Amino acid sequence: MLNILHHETLRGGDKCSFILPRHHALTLTASGQRSAVALLAFRAGRTHERYNMPDTLKAQHTAFLTTGRVLLSDMGRVLLSVTGDGCGWHDTITGHLDAAASQAKYGERSYQQARNDMIRNTRDNLLIELGKWELGERDLHANLNVFVKIVADADGALSWQPNVQAGQQLILRAELDTLIVLSNTPHPMDPWPDYAPDPVELAITAVGAPGPDDPCRTSRPENARAFQLSESILA
Amino acid sequence: MNSHPLFDRIVPAGDGFTEVLPIGSRFRITDLEGNQAVDTLFFAHPDGAEHYDATATLQRQQRIYLTTGSQLVSNRGRTLLTIIDDTCGRHDTIGGACACESNQVRYALDKRHMHACRETFLLQLARNRLDLGKRDIAHNINFFMNVPVTPDGGLQFADGISGPGRYVELRAETDCRVLISNCPQLNNPCNGWNPTPVRVQAW
Repeated sequence: MLNILHHETLRGGDKCSFILPRHHALTLTASGQRSAVALLAFRAGRTHERYNMPDTLKAQHTAFLTTGRVLLSDMGRVLLSVTGDGCGWHDTITGHLDAAASQAKYGERSYQQARNDMIRNTRDNLLIELGKWELGERDLHANLNVFVKIVADADGALSWQPNVQAGQQLILRAELDTLIVLSNTPHPMDPWPDYAPDPVELAITAVGAPGPDDPCRTSRPENARAFQLSESILA
Repeated sequence: MNSHPLFDRIVPAGDGFTEVLPIGSRFRITDLEGNQAVDTLFFAHPDGAEHYDATATLQRQQRIYLTTGSQLVSNRGRTLLTIIDDTCGRHDTIGGACACESNQVRYALDKRHMHACRETFLLQLARNRLDLGKRDIAHNINFFMNVPVTPDGGLQFADGISGPGRYVELRAETDCRVLISNCPQLNNPCNGWNPTPVRVQAW
């Protein structure tokens, strides 16, 4: 068992942000089918460089993320590698709920009514956390939807599919110091009419540098080149 | 079409274009020679911090391709434009814009010198002295580009489904700015291996 350097529970509706140091791993563990985490990633200290959804997808010829794939920055570098995945699919293309869409789906449950059991929407959560790093709306682009599976049929119609079970994990290894922003809030296309996201466990471990035979590096020649750019003296 | 257009221009292969589209105006892009990807961003005008949002648009329409009837949704949840006519049939919005850096990853480290859409976006923002920069370059639409997504989540850059003279026409639902890179990509078939000019008109 790896030494856990930090552990916390991210309650349903809660959010957080932190810098995941290079060659450390973040493990997210679902506690139920309604765990769903919106994730943004930036180069720590150089936040003009950020996770880029289209660059990530087209380099790896995929519409979703799972083990062996990487999250690429808009500068061609690997920010995060997916080194473990229990559920097999993490959505990249359907974004998050904002305040208006959240109210349309769930109605009102304000702080005055419910204190800290109020309904928090993903976009406001992300904007609050971004603000703590002097970032904002202009830095908020497509997020990863951890634990969420959205499938396109042959005509392009998108649908939510059952995906995650309690205990399943996603493990992300930082290849550069990476600012991670998380919001554990419902996905816009999930089938549940009420607001009751399940908690997510977060754990950080030191895992060391990936070797030459690392599966994320060797899974595609594109990934090998992205690792070269991340490991360059110019990175 | 009105005989007094707001503009009627040819955008050469590898070049850029930006102009303001007043509310209610119609904007048409014509793929003159066929199979030419037109990388396009839309910003609210004059507040460009509000812009086209690909994931919000997909979420709203629950479909992965854009065509007639698609509402182009902003990061603030507003409809910026609506596609009102489309003789191509479908357009991509998850393939993004090519960049020197992503070309290095996708093709070879020595491809960095090749001209790319994100260079054009940055140059257009700088030349036109717009108060917008790299942070504001969101995930764009690729008009006339074919990026099929399979039910098992595979994604490929396929031969174009467009052809000479096909066009897409949009109505501006609010004042907005269009920013185009007429894609110079030579490493995949998105431009039929031969980038060509397109026509942009508004009235």
